[in-house]
Amino acid sequence: MIEVTINGDAREVAGDLSVTALLESLGLRPQLVVVEHNREILDRSRYGETPVRAGDNLELVHFVGGG
Amino acid sequence: MAEWQTSQDPPLEIAGRSFHSRLIVGTGKYRSNPEMVGAIAASGAEMVTVAVRRIDLDRTHEEGILYHLDPGSIFLLPNTAGCYTAEDAVRYARLGRAAGLSDWVKLEVIGDQRTLLPDVFATLEAARTLVAEGFKVLAYTNEDVVTALRLEDAGCSAVMPLASPIGSGLGLVNPYFVREIKTRLQCPVIVDAGVGTASDACVTMEQGVDGILMNTAIAEAGDAVRMATAMRLAVVAGREAYLAGRMPRREVAVPSSPLAGMLA
Repeated sequence: MIEVTINGDAREVAGDLSVTALLESLGLRPQLVVVEHNREILDRSRYGETPVRAGDNLELVHFVGGG
Repeated sequence: MAEWQTSQDPPLEIAGRSFHSRLIVGTGKYRSNPEMVGAIAASGAEMVTVAVRRIDLDRTHEEGILYHLDPGSIFLLPNTAGCYTAEDAVRYARLGRAAGLSDWVKLEVIGDQRTLLPDVFATLEAARTLVAEGFKVLAYTNEDVVTALRLEDAGCSAVMPLASPIGSGLGLVNPYFVREIKTRLQCPVIVDAGVGTASDACVTMEQGVDGILMNTAIAEAGDAVRMATAMRLAVVAGREAYLAGRMPRREVAVPSSPLAGMLA
C-alpha cells in the first residue's frame, strides 16, 4: 500500500494502480471524472497508462449543480 | 402559423452557436434532481450552467450532474463560481474543459463575499488568459460600461452584467447602464443574476439585451417547474415587447375611443 492525497485527504491505496484502476476502485466511472494529477490536468486518454505513485496529489472533480 | 404571428426574431448566436431560447438557467440549489430536470424542461433553456467541484468520495456519486442531464440534448456551460482569484478561475475553467464537452466557460471571479460582486480586474485578467487558450468566455460582470467594453476587447464571446447581486432576487436595479452596455457592445449581452420573478425577467428583456441567465429565482420558487414556465414566457414577452417598440410615455391621458360620434 502507498499513501496518496485524494481531494485533500490522505488515503492508503494499492501500490500498483493506474489512474483508471484507482478511479474504479473508488467506484467512479472514469469518463465522468476529471483528474488533476500533481496540479496538472491529466488527459482522459492517459488515465490507463498513468501510474499512481506514493505521495501523489490527486484532485478528482466532476460537474455538480451550479449557477 | 398566420403571417402576423411570425416572429422576426433571429436565434441568439454566441460564439457561432445558435440558441432559440434566450433563457439560460443554472442547475444549483434545487430541492431534488427530478425537480431540476423538470424545471429545465419547462424553462425551454438550451444551455445550463454547471459547477466544477471535488467528488465527495464518502457519498453516493450520483450527485454528479451528468447522472441527470444528457449533454447530448442540453448544452452544459461550466462556471468558475466560488473563485476569488484569476488563477483559481483559470484552473477551474481548465478542469471544466477537460471534461471534454466544450471549450466554453462562464467566467466568474468574485471580489466581495457579502455582495458577491465581481472582481472586475481579476475577471479581465482571467478572460485574457482563457481567450488566449482558446476558450469561449462568457464573462459575468457588474453593470459597469467600461468593464464591459474591456471584456469585449479581451475577446469574450458574451458579456454578462448582473441585474442585481447573485441570489438576491432584487430584479433589475440599473436598467439605464444595462441598456447602455447593450448599445455599446457588439457581442451578445446576457444579464446574469438578480432576477427574482417573471416581471423582472420581462423588464430586463425589454431593455434589449440578448438573453438572461438565472438560477435562484427558479430553484427557490415555491414551485420551481411552474416558475420556470413563467420565466420562459416572460423572456419571450419581454423580447417581443422590445422588438415591437413600446408606445411613448405621456404624463397625460389620451382617450382610446373616438371623440367624434358622441350623443348630443
